[in-house]
Amino acid sequence: MSGTKILKYLSPYVWPLILMAIFVYCQVSATLALPDYMARIINEGIMKQDTNLIFRNGLIMILIAIGGSLAAIAVSYLSSKISTGFARNLREALFSKVENFSLIELNKFSTASLITRNTNDVQQIQMVFMMFFRIALLALLMGILSTTKAYYLAPSMTWIMAVAVVSLILIIALLFKIIIPKFSQLQKLIDKLNLITRELLTGLRVIRAFNKEDYEAQKFNKVNQDLTHLNLFINRLMMLLQPAMMLIMNFMMIAIVWFSAKQIELGSLQVGSMLAFLQYSMQAVSAFLMISIIFIAIPRASISADRIVEVLETDIQIKDPIKPARVPKKGGKVEFKNVTFVYPGAAEPVLYNISFVALPGQTTAFIGSVGSGKSTIINLIPRFYDVTQGQILIDDVDVRNMKQHDLRARIGYVSQKAILFSGTIEENITYGNPHATQEEIFRAAATAQALEFIKELDQKFNSSVAQAGTNFSGGQKQRLAIARALAKNPEIYLFDDSFSALDFKTDAALRMALRREAKGKTVLIVTQRIGTIMDADKIIVIDGGRIVGQGTHKELLRNCEIYREIASFQLSPEELTADLN
Amino acid sequence: MAKLNTSSTDMSSNNNPSTGGFGGRQGRGHGHGRARGAIEKPKDFKGTLRKLIKYLKPYHFLIILVLFFAIISTIFSVLIPKTLGDITNKIVEGIGVIKNSGLAQSSSIDFGAIIYLIEILIGIYLISALFSYLQGWITAGITQKVVFNLRKNISLKINRLPLRYFDTRTHGDILSRVTNDVDTISQNFNQSLTQIVTAVTTIIGILIMMFIINWQLTLVALIILPISFFLVSFIINKSQKYFLNHQISLGKINGHIEEMFSGHIIVKAFNGEQKAISVFHKINNELYENAWKSQFFSGLLYPIMHFIENSGFVVVSVLGGWLALQGRTSIGSIQAFIQYMNQFTRPITQTVNIANIFQSAIAAAERIFEFLEAEEETPDTDHPIVLKKVKGAVDFVNVFFGYAPEKFVIKDFNVSIKAGQKVAIVGPTGAGKTTIVNLLMRFYDVNSGVIKIDGIDIKEIRRSDLRKAFGMVLQDTWLFNGTIEENIAYGKDNVSHEEVVKAAQAVYADHFIRTLPEGYNMVINEEADNISQGEKQLLTIARVMLVNPPILILDEATSSVDTRTENIIQAATDKMMKGRTSFIIAHRLSTIRNADLILVMNDGNIVEQGNHEDLLAKNGFYASLYNSQFVNN
Repeated sequence: MSGTKILKYLSPYVWPLILMAIFVYCQVSATLALPDYMARIINEGIMKQDTNLIFRNGLIMILIAIGGSLAAIAVSYLSSKISTGFARNLREALFSKVENFSLIELNKFSTASLITRNTNDVQQIQMVFMMFFRIALLALLMGILSTTKAYYLAPSMTWIMAVAVVSLILIIALLFKIIIPKFSQLQKLIDKLNLITRELLTGLRVIRAFNKEDYEAQKFNKVNQDLTHLNLFINRLMMLLQPAMMLIMNFMMIAIVWFSAKQIELGSLQVGSMLAFLQYSMQAVSAFLMISIIFIAIPRASISADRIVEVLETDIQIKDPIKPARVPKKGGKVEFKNVTFVYPGAAEPVLYNISFVALPGQTTAFIGSVGSGKSTIINLIPRFYDVTQGQILIDDVDVRNMKQHDLRARIGYVSQKAILFSGTIEENITYGNPHATQEEIFRAAATAQALEFIKELDQKFNSSVAQAGTNFSGGQKQRLAIARALAKNPEIYLFDDSFSALDFKTDAALRMALRREAKGKTVLIVTQRIGTIMDADKIIVIDGGRIVGQGTHKELLRNCEIYREIASFQLSPEELTADLN
Repeated sequence: MAKLNTSSTDMSSNNNPSTGGFGGRQGRGHGHGRARGAIEKPKDFKGTLRKLIKYLKPYHFLIILVLFFAIISTIFSVLIPKTLGDITNKIVEGIGVIKNSGLAQSSSIDFGAIIYLIEILIGIYLISALFSYLQGWITAGITQKVVFNLRKNISLKINRLPLRYFDTRTHGDILSRVTNDVDTISQNFNQSLTQIVTAVTTIIGILIMMFIINWQLTLVALIILPISFFLVSFIINKSQKYFLNHQISLGKINGHIEEMFSGHIIVKAFNGEQKAISVFHKINNELYENAWKSQFFSGLLYPIMHFIENSGFVVVSVLGGWLALQGRTSIGSIQAFIQYMNQFTRPITQTVNIANIFQSAIAAAERIFEFLEAEEETPDTDHPIVLKKVKGAVDFVNVFFGYAPEKFVIKDFNVSIKAGQKVAIVGPTGAGKTTIVNLLMRFYDVNSGVIKIDGIDIKEIRRSDLRKAFGMVLQDTWLFNGTIEENIAYGKDNVSHEEVVKAAQAVYADHFIRTLPEGYNMVINEEADNISQGEKQLLTIARVMLVNPPILILDEATSSVDTRTENIIQAATDKMMKGRTSFIIAHRLSTIRNADLILVMNDGNIVEQGNHEDLLAKNGFYASLYNSQFVNN
């Protein structure tokens, strides 16, 4: 089990752990000492008519009880601190690790899975640790010590306890052998029910448009029925546990009383000892019971631990060079030299032998259909991925020879799907440049055509942005994302289909403003809209991962078949002929 | 129109990782350890309880039976320590006889009496266990049936609520009612129903037994009762505060993780890693503080209850010993008494817990009832007009409409569309182009004015009949987890395979379907992402083609479809539109220019209408839109 490797995060807590174990021991000893004194009260006090002894022992018992409780409080304190502290460290290690992931590792796990690992899985482990510290440790010591004590009181009767423990374990094992496969079945049905409900909600309009309400209700009903039946079966089976356990415990008590009576008659056991034995045996059995129940939780926790370790031990593929190159101050020329790229695990390259130069002061555009690989080109520049073959140079330095931080500081990137973070509008715009002045922020927003709607807001630039920017429309989010890149004032701009959520009017105004703002900068734009890039200095047509045409709009219309095909879709015949001439 | 997307990227926000991707954000059901988490307080406890009891009405007899069984089971279990104590007394008596008679070797313990008592004891055990199980069996049945009905009613309710309801709420919210809230009820209700009865009867039963055994000891033991009640409630309430804080910071940290991981590419691009880590560090420490405090406080319960238990144990041992010396009680009684004392604390802790558990069950029920009682769609008219052969003429007469009351987005809209005409709806993003679709399909009703089909007010027609007249292809292609054939055949009952293939062929989808693994029998997965966006669109077109409706509503794809597929889709829609009245939310210039009528929308309003040439000549909003969109400057 690789999951055990998370235990190393417990190492800062070695001393508290030892201290806790000592306190647990004190707690258990105190609990177990009490029946001893009770036995003494009965055997020596009542039987021998000694009032003083009764009170003396009573006082000692109170002191022991107080001591035991103090120890228990200490255990509660230490176990809380250790398990939550451990979880904190683990969480932090995980988060830092993922922050350093490149897109390769991120895609390998998927975002959703990484989030679950960082939240639910850590929480799960914290819970199990807490249980272990508080219950398992206690139960284990309790079980061992009370068995020992019971043994010393009446060795001939310990077999009764053994029988009870074994039959309890057998019953639990049997129940769980039947129930655990049912549980996974249950989970599947719950998922199915969720899926159908989700479909009901996402398909509201279609379902109503086709008058399929009844059909959907039947579909739901069927799963609902299956789920109800299975739930009922599991519930009723689980309910056997409690009475069965009680029955075993009770039969054990009867057996103890019966065999004690025999021994008492023979004079080999005292009445007080019988009562103490009863107490010890109850404690021992319930301790073993607790341990066996905790063991059921272990498989689940170990799955969580494995999932966490898997993340922590992942090799990060994109690393900083040992000796980073000095980054020249100005420029921003981007050059691809025979770049071929294969996604990790893919059979075919997405990009074949791509070569081009994008110069400062120019706009270089990429156009092509979905899956042609044009976004991949953009993603290679900030080293979200590393090229498989060939080289990418910025101002004649291979990007792999720069520190990732330095490289990305020179790039203003706008993704296809606008991603905003919770906070204020200003915080979002200054995300890449915390030192931006008010004027810079204002200008970035103005260029990105975001000013008009920001002005409408009550709090202007201090208006809050909800998580994932859900309180803004797609177009507004995209404009804020563009403003964020602009505020960084980088040398190179990468727009990955960033204008798609904008209407054409805003798109045009934005490009116009951008041309003024980004003067002297290298601009790379990926798009599917011809209108967005007709005025680019250079258009590169990508098809099936290869460059099939390079040139201006007019040149490409004349000599690139694929470009002409795209254009004929999006432009009117008049425009086409006008451009051709 | 709300987005119909089934985004799988924010699946993480759901607290159940295996339930897959519904789009709810940071829902309220985000809690981990809900069972131990902070308790939600219902707004209207009594009212909700009354409604819940109504749901239980068919089971009143069974519930009485459950209570009866619980009481029997408890009474018998309460008798156990007393009987055990009697056995001990028999043993002690025997020893006393031995001592008094001085005959050390002769047997004086009355084994006959002991065997008799043991037989009684076994009988008591079995009866108590049997009734306890019977009671659980019935309760589980009731709970599951109630839960089944709740789920069923929710699912039926979904279909009866107006779309307005869903457009103003997240799917996550509704889903969490079907799953989390129903679950809470199923778990907590079951528990509290039986436990409360058992706990109360146990407390009463034990008290009676204790008084029977020895009233002096009982009075002493009773002093403990208010103390432990007080302490337990104190600790539980105290730890509530920390639980709440814990829950809040857990929500915060989950939010941050979710946000940073989903925005990873931006974090990287803007060198935001250190910032993300330092924010995380801060929240993480806050979480730690709240976590250990809430754990510690709730962990105090055990040692404190244990201490009370032990003190009782000591007091009873000492006092009982002293009383025994005076001959006022027996050893067996002390033993029985100690056992009762031990059993006493459990129901006390239980009742306090149950009060809380019950409260969260009621809070969950309240949310479910809130949903079930939401206002439904206005019913169809009593005497609906039956549409015979729909020709497809559509008229809007003085139509006023607004999503929010009195905030009209469409004001006094009039247009007359002849059968077979093509209507293009254009406008910038977010201009409210789907409003027309909502009104035509009666997803929403007009505030005033009339929409007519072939001269008949659509409010006079049954909704189901009206919708049969329309075929709708939305950009958010909705396909369900089933085979391709099932998806195409969705709109029509009892469709043969040939019909499905014919419809697919008609819209040029047959070819690609055949290239898929298993062809028409290929199962579309839960996220519907095992076929491409363009292919999905073709399937939804085929689905409409099969139904062959007289009027079409189309939402033209803007992006995310490659050129070749786009060609096919275009050809398919052209073919489908032939001879039918069509409403097209248009992005393509050719569509717009070929339309018989263009409705130009801006800010939710229809600002202009007419054909391409007329509108250009007007030199208004359409002209400026057209120039900026399609003409390069």
